[in-house]
Amino acid sequence: MTPSVLAGLVGAALVGLGLYGLISNPHPLRKLLAFNLVGSGVFLVFGIVARRGAAAGFAFDPVPQAMVITGIVVAFAASALAVALILRLAAASGKVTLDPRAWTKPGEGGQ
Amino acid sequence: MTAPGGELLVFAVLTPVLGILLSFARGGRAAEAITLALAPVGLVLAGFVAWLVAWSGAPLVYEIGGLAPPLGIALRADGASATMMVVTALIVPAAAFYAREKFATPQGGESRSALTFWIMLQAIWAALNLVFLGSDLFNLYVALELLTFAAVPLVCIDGRPETLAAALRYLLFALFGSISYLLGVALLYGGYGTLDIVLLGQKIEGTPLVWTAAALMTAGLLAKTALFPLHIWLPPAHANAPAAASAVLSGLVVKGSFFLALRLWFYVLPGLPIAAPAALLGALGGCAALFGSILALRQARLKLLVAYSTVAQIGYLFLMFPLAAAPAGGALGWSGGFMQVLAHAFAKAAMFLSAGVLAEALGHDRIAQFGGAARALPLTFLTLGLGGLSLMGLPPSGGFEAKWFLLRACAASGQWIWAVPILGGGLLAGGYVFRILAPALGDGEVKVKASPRRSQELVALGLVVIALALAFAPENFFEFIRIGRPLAGGGAS
Amino acid sequence: MSVLAALDLGLALLVVGVAAWTVSARNLFAAVVGYVAYGLLLALVWVRLYAPDVALTEAAVGGGVTGVLLVTAGKRLDALASAEIGAPPGRGLKIFAGALAALVAGALAWVVLTLPSTPPSLAPAAAEAASGPGAGLGNPITAVLISYRSFDTMLEKVVLILAVLGVWSVGADAAWGRAPAPLRKPEPDGAMILLAQVLAPVGLLIGLHIFWVGADAPGGAFQGGALLAAMGMVAMMARLMAPPRIDSRKLRLALVAGPAVFLVVGVAGLMLAGHLFAYPQNFAKPLILFIEAFMVVSIAVALPMLVSGPPDGGAK
Repeated sequence: MTPSVLAGLVGAALVGLGLYGLISNPHPLRKLLAFNLVGSGVFLVFGIVARRGAAAGFAFDPVPQAMVITGIVVAFAASALAVALILRLAAASGKVTLDPRAWTKPGEGGQ
Repeated sequence: MTAPGGELLVFAVLTPVLGILLSFARGGRAAEAITLALAPVGLVLAGFVAWLVAWSGAPLVYEIGGLAPPLGIALRADGASATMMVVTALIVPAAAFYAREKFATPQGGESRSALTFWIMLQAIWAALNLVFLGSDLFNLYVALELLTFAAVPLVCIDGRPETLAAALRYLLFALFGSISYLLGVALLYGGYGTLDIVLLGQKIEGTPLVWTAAALMTAGLLAKTALFPLHIWLPPAHANAPAAASAVLSGLVVKGSFFLALRLWFYVLPGLPIAAPAALLGALGGCAALFGSILALRQARLKLLVAYSTVAQIGYLFLMFPLAAAPAGGALGWSGGFMQVLAHAFAKAAMFLSAGVLAEALGHDRIAQFGGAARALPLTFLTLGLGGLSLMGLPPSGGFEAKWFLLRACAASGQWIWAVPILGGGLLAGGYVFRILAPALGDGEVKVKASPRRSQELVALGLVVIALALAFAPENFFEFIRIGRPLAGGGAS
Repeated sequence: MSVLAALDLGLALLVVGVAAWTVSARNLFAAVVGYVAYGLLLALVWVRLYAPDVALTEAAVGGGVTGVLLVTAGKRLDALASAEIGAPPGRGLKIFAGALAALVAGALAWVVLTLPSTPPSLAPAAAEAASGPGAGLGNPITAVLISYRSFDTMLEKVVLILAVLGVWSVGADAAWGRAPAPLRKPEPDGAMILLAQVLAPVGLLIGLHIFWVGADAPGGAFQGGALLAAMGMVAMMARLMAPPRIDSRKLRLALVAGPAVFLVVGVAGLMLAGHLFAYPQNFAKPLILFIEAFMVVSIAVALPMLVSGPPDGGAK
């Protein structure tokens, strides 16, 4: 098995693990970790695509690698925004649940 | 190949980007002034692009840096994208004009909510223009992320814990959507070595790789569009945002990811047999139209009702997939679906703005306590009623026109099953619109805390008038939105 | 099986194992620590995929900066020990999640194993074009990022600005304009300060070097900027540096500098080279380095600001 095929299988496993965590874990910070696992799995898929595209004297196809670099930045920015929301939510309410039922007060108008 | 005037496409994206950078650097009052000053520029650019597309009868293309795909990135305006750009250029400035009081910057300072609102509003505009013009699937990923990062902070701009929870849930759904879409993009690149929509459309085959990629990308886009059963994030997010933001989120932002779903199935995969997946999307849409309407009927607060109505109206959009993909009547389905996009954008923006006027005037938005409110706020309830007319699909309105096209598409293609949600959803919409209007038109004395601002009421009324006027769209308009749409089998119309 | 192949297999199993740990760990903080280790291991995988640029980025951002972000978040959440968490998932949800995850992972693995035998690639096109619009850049990834896909790269920097504003917008109204809370609340010990005093200047030089050689060798604006950001954060943690006030004009200008210069040069391309975001043939390399220099500044400032969080203080 070549390193790139192996990396592809690792990518698939990471996507699966992350997806499981994203759905089944109720804590938003744990969901965020799981999202990052999915993200890195997806980036690995780009990585093997790049490695397989080795040609013309390059050991890789530069285009997918450039996309991964862009993707890592965006994923980090998303994590930072999510962390800020989680911390503020916990500080403001003492709760970190996303369950909509926890946030509806019967008879409350809001607005 | 780049056509004359193609630079306009890049400028349509760069103008709001420039606005963001200037607003952020200058801070304070500049953000509002820059947004309002650039709004007419955006409208002129969108109008000019639409005019060029209509005039040449062909898509307008610009290759950025003079570098052709697959290595470079192209922007491409066809009839559909030019139409959406114009709609955006009308609704975003309307929301901006409406929001001036609420998000005024204090003298000599800078406020959290004002700076956030004005910059994120411009960011939504930039992102949507890129969504409509992008022709490279990775470039469109960046556009989707811009849209997410602009939309989420608007949801929790007033900082209450429930708005923070709504924003966080929205963010997690949106991130799942982006990453799922991106995985599909990676696979398509691995299969074809290009991400240009036109080049992919010529090469694509029905391999397992392509179907896996299409499934992943579609799942991601559905999560962002809030199609049933991935809709649960939408009502709290749209109902908790300030009215001007809700109008843009419900009227426009969910259409961005929907537009990409159309791009995927009708532009990237036009040559493939898509009847079965299109029927599945239609079925989800049908469920959304019925289920969303039933939930809307049960809401106690106006803004939540209007938000659940968005869940239902998004459902109609997805009937476009089975109807426009059918060999017979496909053009009718395409026209009807697009008309639904436009009618809902204007009607829903108008209704959210009206709900905002109402909440400001009454100090609450509990429907049960609307008794007699129509006498106190006649203009606002007129807008709500006319918007409701379009949601129900009664003539004369864009909503009626849309359903009429969709029903004719059902007839032409023999897919009568889709008439059930179209008609059933319309009846249920009648129910929830009646629930808003009946107490307001009835007896009772509401206490008006603050008299409504006439300018805000007129902005909402103006939008709803456009939703009604769509009923009189001429036949060339429907030819226009078909410009550049590939037909099944690889040809272009 | 050769030694290298055995190492690869071991690394793969380790990565998946640590990932499984971060999903399944009972304790939040343990999961966070697992994730940080995971980020560093992943950088090794990228090295094995002949992707030194990605490996640098992954090590700096995936392992380093994200690690600090998550560890800080984990600590701050632990401090709010009373925070009520939602109900644990029911059995039905777990089975659904497991089935869906298995389905997606299985489909993905199958597609990955059956990718076309003659892989499509833009590498030949990129190699040919490197002498043209890529203009003498020895590192094809830099050419892709700043030339062929310049529009992506510029807009992604705008995403960073929106993220910074989004993070700030979560703060309290009364705190607006102030500085974010320091990364470490208690006074740091002497070892931390010493480490920062030694590490930060070295890291600064390495970061600048990575940016400078990025035109021709692995490295570039993002990787260099990320390393500078990491050094800035080390200095902040040692309290050698404090986060600036968010209404500081210098800070705002530093954040917009990268995309703004990119935008201006891109529009000037219409006059100078006939196309938006095109570079005149003879000046491409200096222009690209010019843009990248400002991007390094924006990235090096944006990442620590994203980690620092919203402005602090004022009424709760």
